[in-house]
Amino acid sequence: MSKLIRGLLALASLALCLGAAPAQAAIRVLATTPDWAALLVELGGDKVNVYTATSAFQDVHRVDAKPSLVARARTADLIVATGADLEIGWMPVLLQDSGNTKVQPGAPGYFEAAPLVHLLEVPAAVDRAMGDIHPLGNPHVTLDPRNIAIIARALAARLALVDPANAAFYAARGEDFQRRWQQASVRWETQAAPLKGVGVVVIHRDQAYLCNWLGLKELAAIEPKPGVPPSAGYLVELVTRLTATPPRLILRNAYNDPKAADWLAERIHVPVVLLPYSVGGTPQAKDLFGLFDDTINRLLAALK
Amino acid sequence: MAKLAPGAGAFIVACMLWPHAGYAATDDVAALRAEIEALKADYTSRVQALEARIKQLESAVATAQPAAAAAAPAAPGTPGAVGTAVASAVAPPALPQAVPGAAPGKSSSATAFNPAISMILTGNYASLSQDPATYRVAGFIPPPAGEGPGERSFNLDESELTVSSNVDPYFFANVTAAIQGDNSIDIEEAYFKTLALNRGFTIKGGRFFSATGYLNEVHSHNWDFADQPLVYQVFFGGQLAQDGAQLRWIAPTDYFIELGAEAGSGRSFPGSHRNLNSLASDALFAHLGGDAGDSTSWRLGVSWLDARSTDRAYGDVDQFGAPVSDAFTGTSRTWILDGTLKWAPHGDPTQHLFKLQGEYLHRTEDGQLAFDITGQNLAGAYRSSQSGWYVQAVYGFMPRWRAGLRYDAMQSGTPRIGLVDAGLLPSTAFPSLEPASPRRATLMLDWSLSEFSRLRAQYAWDEARATETDRQLLLQYIFAIGAHGAHKF
Repeated sequence: MSKLIRGLLALASLALCLGAAPAQAAIRVLATTPDWAALLVELGGDKVNVYTATSAFQDVHRVDAKPSLVARARTADLIVATGADLEIGWMPVLLQDSGNTKVQPGAPGYFEAAPLVHLLEVPAAVDRAMGDIHPLGNPHVTLDPRNIAIIARALAARLALVDPANAAFYAARGEDFQRRWQQASVRWETQAAPLKGVGVVVIHRDQAYLCNWLGLKELAAIEPKPGVPPSAGYLVELVTRLTATPPRLILRNAYNDPKAADWLAERIHVPVVLLPYSVGGTPQAKDLFGLFDDTINRLLAALK
Repeated sequence: MAKLAPGAGAFIVACMLWPHAGYAATDDVAALRAEIEALKADYTSRVQALEARIKQLESAVATAQPAAAAAAPAAPGTPGAVGTAVASAVAPPALPQAVPGAAPGKSSSATAFNPAISMILTGNYASLSQDPATYRVAGFIPPPAGEGPGERSFNLDESELTVSSNVDPYFFANVTAAIQGDNSIDIEEAYFKTLALNRGFTIKGGRFFSATGYLNEVHSHNWDFADQPLVYQVFFGGQLAQDGAQLRWIAPTDYFIELGAEAGSGRSFPGSHRNLNSLASDALFAHLGGDAGDSTSWRLGVSWLDARSTDRAYGDVDQFGAPVSDAFTGTSRTWILDGTLKWAPHGDPTQHLFKLQGEYLHRTEDGQLAFDITGQNLAGAYRSSQSGWYVQAVYGFMPRWRAGLRYDAMQSGTPRIGLVDAGLLPSTAFPSLEPASPRRATLMLDWSLSEFSRLRAQYAWDEARATETDRQLLLQYIFAIGAHGAHKF
């Protein structure tokens, strides 16, 4: 027995040594999506060491509290999450198991983006019969640059709070980002002017903010209810409905299965536009600027 | 082993005191205080500057964004939240989380703090080729409950009610009660868990599923098959619940390294009620996990459980076929190795997923075995060395559909029975302990229309009995209502 305890203690001290290795220079941040990771890099540069929990090819809702994420939550100085229940399946587990008081909700080390902006599609009543609806509103807030601007401001302030030694650095970078973002936003809105009023079909309701920003008209969703895959009967009905009022484009995210969108496109003779949805979703969407550049370029190219 | 119990207690207390001890040990408190005061002044000025700028930018955005501004107050709570956060950086208590832009249905403050409530409904239809009343895994001392496929025809399985909430900034509490089909209620888990220990430590206390092995902590509605592997049924009576305390520590590393210890009363099998003040169920466990690329994640574990029992009775028949009650008193030590691997393209299980999982358990029992405790009551030494394992694979071959295959095997070995060795009784007086190698193969197919419902069909060739094969068809439903469940690994 005592041998066993000694063995465990040896293992524990070995683990401590391994853990002590990383330099203290950069604060450790766990970002739930590649978009927040990209924003953190914009605002924090080399002062933040960012780990991204998901990729652009993942449905952020359908993630397990896997061991690697618990380990990152344990050592994080800051967690940047979307909130509005998007990560409800796994974030509470990470927070509880982490043994890390710095990142508990309410502490400066826990940041949620969605509550900072005006959420669309807040349901008046909720019932699971309506599918995967989010009681707090649609959490897919990133595809509106005005939201990014608001979140970036709060996140820069939060970085300064978590890492006060570099507060001036974050403030300066935050200001620089806002300036560049403002210019880019004006450019995007000018470029995207022809998209106003264009009728589109989406798969999941995760393009709501993009549509709202650009004035795209969401004529239908391939999912009859959020998170509920379409039945054959529903698709047939959709074809009939959309033949009468045809959309110009069908929008598909990088992480969506192409089958349903392609099937519909073939029937109603409308092009499918693959959109990055998240940073990393297409080779062009390398950062947040690339995400919006590429999204608008792809929409405009498909319209021609 | 007896040394561990007070040792574990002292360790847990030491860990609880650790953070405070750390501060007390600082030499130059005054210098530190001065430094903090300086920092505080510095932050205050910086934050005031930031707040001013946020207000300025906010008004700029509000004008640039009339649509959004008209529908909602621009970025509510942001300046306030930052302001309180500064206070909390100096004095630990929590700052309120920024209030969502719209929180529907939160009109009454009386219900605002209601805990998360969820209910899981399960039931099945079973078609069994053998009489379930005679089910027994051959070669092993049977657990008091938890063995076998359950009853025939339609069965209401457990309805599991879970209520959980943070208690205060320091504790989280969770109660899971299983209302059984026979109208009895089992408290499966009722525990508190610390939130404020920091440094990777958490303590759980109350009744909880032991963290030994992989499957032991998993609640039945999250199992990939309708029943537990044979080895869990025989060694733990299904699942091992501890009444006691658990300490876990996660290493500050990029790999997941978790070490833990448990101390419990040993009331549940393989322990027994003992009417003693001492602890009787101690466990140690270590987990290692990580990712391999963006599609694969894994976890390995090793656990050790030491449980002591006094007069742990079980029913058997004697050499003449008459029912008798026998009882074991002694120590039961179990080693477990477990491994789990999950794969999904880019980590997204919507289209395809694969899960491979296996565990090996080895148990030695050492003590006294009493024969016919209500009659002749003869006792002699007993020692067994037994093992069991299972491997299972689940493949999500298209959205919503999964198929699985499981193989179970156990080795009873030949236990040393003092009464038999001394010639007092023939070995046929202990038919349950006749050497055997139970086997079972199981096929599973399930269909989940949403995250909250699952329908499953399972077919097993169960060769756990000494002689006949039991062909078992189970059709099962699982429905979850209420608060969203956790996606545990």
